Amino acid sequence: MRKACIDMVYELAKRDNRVVFVGSDLGPGILDDMKREMPDRFYMEGVSEQSIIGMAAGLAMEGYLPYVNTIATFITRRCYEQVAVDLCLHDLPVRLIANGGGLVYAPLGPTHLAIEDIAILRALPNMTVTAAADAEEMRRLMAATLDWPHPVYIRLGKGGDPVVTRAGDAFAIGKAIALRPAGDVVMIATGVMTGRALQAADIMAKDGVRCGVLHVHTVKPLDAEAVLAAAAGASLVVTLEEHVLSGGLGGAITELFADRLSGSAPRVLRLGIPDRFPNEYGSQDSMLETFGLQPQQVAEAVVNVLDAATGLVGRRLPTARRAASADETAGR
Amino acid sequence: MSLIEILRVLYDDVLRHRPDDPRWPERDRCILSKGHGCLALYAVLADHGYFPRQEMRDFCRQPSILGGHPERGKVPGVEASTGALGHGLPIGVGMAIAAKIESRDTRVFVVMGDGEIDEGSVWEAALCAAKHRLRNLTAIVDYNKLQSYGPTAEVLDLEPIIDKWRAFGFATRECDGHDVAMLRDALNAPRSPDRPTAVVCHTVKGKGVPFAENVADWHHKSKLAAAEIDDIYGALKDS
Repeated sequence: MRKACIDMVYELAKRDNRVVFVGSDLGPGILDDMKREMPDRFYMEGVSEQSIIGMAAGLAMEGYLPYVNTIATFITRRCYEQVAVDLCLHDLPVRLIANGGGLVYAPLGPTHLAIEDIAILRALPNMTVTAAADAEEMRRLMAATLDWPHPVYIRLGKGGDPVVTRAGDAFAIGKAIALRPAGDVVMIATGVMTGRALQAADIMAKDGVRCGVLHVHTVKPLDAEAVLAAAAGASLVVTLEEHVLSGGLGGAITELFADRLSGSAPRVLRLGIPDRFPNEYGSQDSMLETFGLQPQQVAEAVVNVLDAATGLVGRRLPTARRAASADETAGR
Repeated sequence: MSLIEILRVLYDDVLRHRPDDPRWPERDRCILSKGHGCLALYAVLADHGYFPRQEMRDFCRQPSILGGHPERGKVPGVEASTGALGHGLPIGVGMAIAAKIESRDTRVFVVMGDGEIDEGSVWEAALCAAKHRLRNLTAIVDYNKLQSYGPTAEVLDLEPIIDKWRAFGFATRECDGHDVAMLRDALNAPRSPDRPTAVVCHTVKGKGVPFAENVADWHHKSKLAAAEIDDIYGALKDS
């Protein structure tokens, strides 16, 4: 996904001479072709995020489309005031390409984890917050950024994530994509968690639970109508994100329900990262497991809630299987 | 008050600008990075006809366009919304690079306060400006030697201030920031062929009002008694 994103910067720069790239001390060799071919539109600056965001704002005020790239936590927390004032207050078309959104930098510890990025950027007026599911969708997203008139946050996954989106689905910033039709339950996911949501839906299908999947690649502006349509008729709405539970996708969805559905809001299960600094190392996958966010764990959590709330699963499962499940739960 | 001559000279004698066409592409850019000095900027912009002087009467009141810090898009002639300190120089770097890309002979001036340059972002941008040899960029420091709490020498000493800018790769100049002729010379002097310029203007906070000069308390004064206002007018007439 990261390579697809960076390659697209070069492709977009070839199409549109407003595009400039600004990096913050990235790895050697990045975008060498662009640097060679259009040296006046390639800037590799130092470890100075505050200044870089201001510089990008100045370029954007002069009509350029800067794509700024560094590690997610540094392009958000380190220069939050610059993002708020220089980019959002001026409503400038600067793109923030954020390496390692979520738990990607798990081996490097909590200083490098960007797990509240969506929440803090979602709070800023004019900001657009995106998290593509895979490399193919990243290409479609990047193409769409060319004509989007506002600042955009582009959350990158680790890379090598399975392609789960479909070329045939029209892509537009701010428009969610229904990857599975809603059933008893609808799962609303963003970023690479959409792939895990689909896997969890497959697991649940074996238990007879029909689970829809709505992919929200744009958390802000949220596609309210698509979310409300997906939630209509579902017994349970599940939000799934590689992000703290405060203020992210789940926060956005529950705010929407509170604002638009009032007393008739569906039951919501928010799955994400608890309110603590992770003190574990490991890999993105192992950390997701720690937080119960891998497909099997997600499926179990959903089924448990669904069962407790409605008895729906229990009614469908064969009796023998239920008994076996109960034995497992009791640790026999 | 420490700032007024700097802005006066910039807009009267230095900047290429068109008040009737504030977005004229060939204009020189001037960012008041110390946004809290906006009253001086508003007075100069109004004097040049960017907006009617009557607008000043509603300063900081609805529905005026003139707030306690200047905002781009609201106030004709304001290049960047400032107020949070340390933002102007990085933005100016971006504008100066844009001019360089296009081989435009546009100059960019960024006016900063002395307390403002405590901010690390200023020095990040200074490194960047020198790296890109932005000869079209001028950093101006209103060095009145007083910040919010007290003297800069005590709160966070900036000396040796000229050496610092020079060490960061800037051509440097120093002048009396209330001496109009010296300001003209400093701001119009030929530019370095390959370095940005820093002009340190020695100024007096509250200049022209003897009882306010160099008194930190006046930095925050917003409510004035009628007698105080009379005293200020009296002092200005005498100065």
